[in-house]
Amino acid sequence: MKQTNHMEYMDDMEQIQSDIMPRVLSSVNSYDYNKYTKTDALFALNKDNVSIRNFAALLSPAAELYLEDMARKAQAETRKHFGTSVSLFTPLYISNYCENHCVYCGFNCRNKINRGKLSLNEIETEYVNIAKTGLREILILTGESRRMSNITYIGEAVKLASKYFSTVGIEIYPLNSDEYAYLHKCGADFVSVYQETYNPNKYEILHLSGPKRIFPYRFHSQERALMGGMRGVAFGALLGLDNFRKDAFAAGLHAYFVQQKYPHAEISFSFPRLRPYVNNDGENSGDVHESQLLQVMLAYRLFMPYAGITISTRERACFRDNVIGMCATKISAGVKTSVGGHDEDAKGDAQFVISDPRSVSEVHASITARGLQPVYTDYVRV
Amino acid sequence: MEDLLIIGGHSFRSRFILGSGKFSLEQTKQVIENGGVEMATLAVRRADANSRENILDYMPEGITLLPNTSGARTAEEAARIARLARELGCGDFIKIEVIRDSKYLLPDNCETIKATEILAKEGFIPMAYMYPDLNTARDLKNAGAAAVMPLGAPIGSNKGLCTRDFVKILVDEIDVPIIVDAGIGKPSQACEAMEMGVDAVMANTAIATAANVGKMARAFRLAVEAGRAAHLAGLGRVLENRASASSPLTGFLED
Repeated sequence: MKQTNHMEYMDDMEQIQSDIMPRVLSSVNSYDYNKYTKTDALFALNKDNVSIRNFAALLSPAAELYLEDMARKAQAETRKHFGTSVSLFTPLYISNYCENHCVYCGFNCRNKINRGKLSLNEIETEYVNIAKTGLREILILTGESRRMSNITYIGEAVKLASKYFSTVGIEIYPLNSDEYAYLHKCGADFVSVYQETYNPNKYEILHLSGPKRIFPYRFHSQERALMGGMRGVAFGALLGLDNFRKDAFAAGLHAYFVQQKYPHAEISFSFPRLRPYVNNDGENSGDVHESQLLQVMLAYRLFMPYAGITISTRERACFRDNVIGMCATKISAGVKTSVGGHDEDAKGDAQFVISDPRSVSEVHASITARGLQPVYTDYVRV
Repeated sequence: MEDLLIIGGHSFRSRFILGSGKFSLEQTKQVIENGGVEMATLAVRRADANSRENILDYMPEGITLLPNTSGARTAEEAARIARLARELGCGDFIKIEVIRDSKYLLPDNCETIKATEILAKEGFIPMAYMYPDLNTARDLKNAGAAAVMPLGAPIGSNKGLCTRDFVKILVDEIDVPIIVDAGIGKPSQACEAMEMGVDAVMANTAIATAANVGKMARAFRLAVEAGRAAHLAGLGRVLENRASASSPLTGFLED
């Protein structure tokens, strides 16, 4: 059977005018991280304004030698731009039905897992329980199934969320700009879409079927979200799927060019690494070590000091505690990656194993113990 | 006669205004006391009476709140945030910030003028954060601004009074209080601004990033007071590093 061309749009997928994708892909194509020397890394570290070339040097193996110096400078930058603030939020999976076949994902359509979807009443119960913990920011997630979790359903979930939370973000399948505009009208302001890998050849092998297979449609999600009126967009790659240095470089450039084109956009990043997942315990990528993940996060802080950085629950508590204030500015707490689960039993299986199961109170306490300020609300919907 | 700072009919002895978003809430009281602060900003987007950590709970009594409209990208959004501040019981002062640049956080002067006009008509006391431009400052004043707040340098940069010459023009030409906001990185820079004749200085990052925030707040208070005293005393003639010419250019004059 002939497979769908992963670079060709499917019917109903909106195509926008943008030169950002070819710019990012050609820069990444020519990025040879081994050509950067210790001198390049030191030079980049001493710059006030880190250029694209400096960013490339900070992501190179040569810069690994200067991790401590990078950390010190990153901490100073974080303090300048964010003070001692660390934002708290929690994700809520409302449905895990999925039509994509992504070989690395626990939710993929070929995996025999318990599928579930919350009713609006169940969603509200989850919101009430989450709001009781003091949280005011929520991230609503679904798998990619327009049939089982359509825009109207997500829109109703967003409308309900805006009653309980000052900030509503969505991490759902990519949409057309008019659909983003609809969800923005419902009360969502922030959109996260991760490209997984910016290497189109690798992307093709990893995304065997489903709408997610279409690389450029996913790539342009952030732009369509901003065109739809969203205020902020998050970028990232799943480090370990392909060469992490190249993917980290690509995600940084992607965000940098989007910010140039939409100067008002609030930019943020998240850096998940591959973790063990359901029905595939044997495939645990050891490609990206903790020190390398940290190098990536620090390079981003120095390249885009004003951007938010969220630290994933996939990382262990000690790592998370140490990167807040140094480079990360947002941390999740009270996390469940199953469908629902903040009240009664979860309705569907979890997407991945989390490494930091701490409650909101526990994360709060560890933030204040570091002399930092937990921030529950940092946004007013106007 | 007591030297008072008067904004929108309200008098303040302190000329050091505190920005409050970047240090831990527990430190707020100490910074306010050590800094002799009478007016402190408050990000409306951080104020949530139902939230677990509400900045309003940490503000000592007697402090005049200066809620700001941070997060607003247009005049209309700023106006809505200001109204929300009033509903929260924050009073009539409003620091207007309209920013649609996420990288440098530079203010949008045009939208700021519009927001000032809207809010002044609604009885607010608008204090407008702006890029130091004389025409904008005049328009802000005419729109009803109770104070004009030019930036010294990009927010959070701690670079000091990079816009010195342009702020000085505002000091010379605009007869509402001029308050330097953003960019002041150390007490000596605050002192310099006050010496130059600005009416007050605002700082946040410089204190929040200090090793000891309480001590730094005190240092700022002293610097602002010293600068103000120097301004009132009238700076002496500053001799430049050049010798007097032996044959003066004006030596030909007879009477």
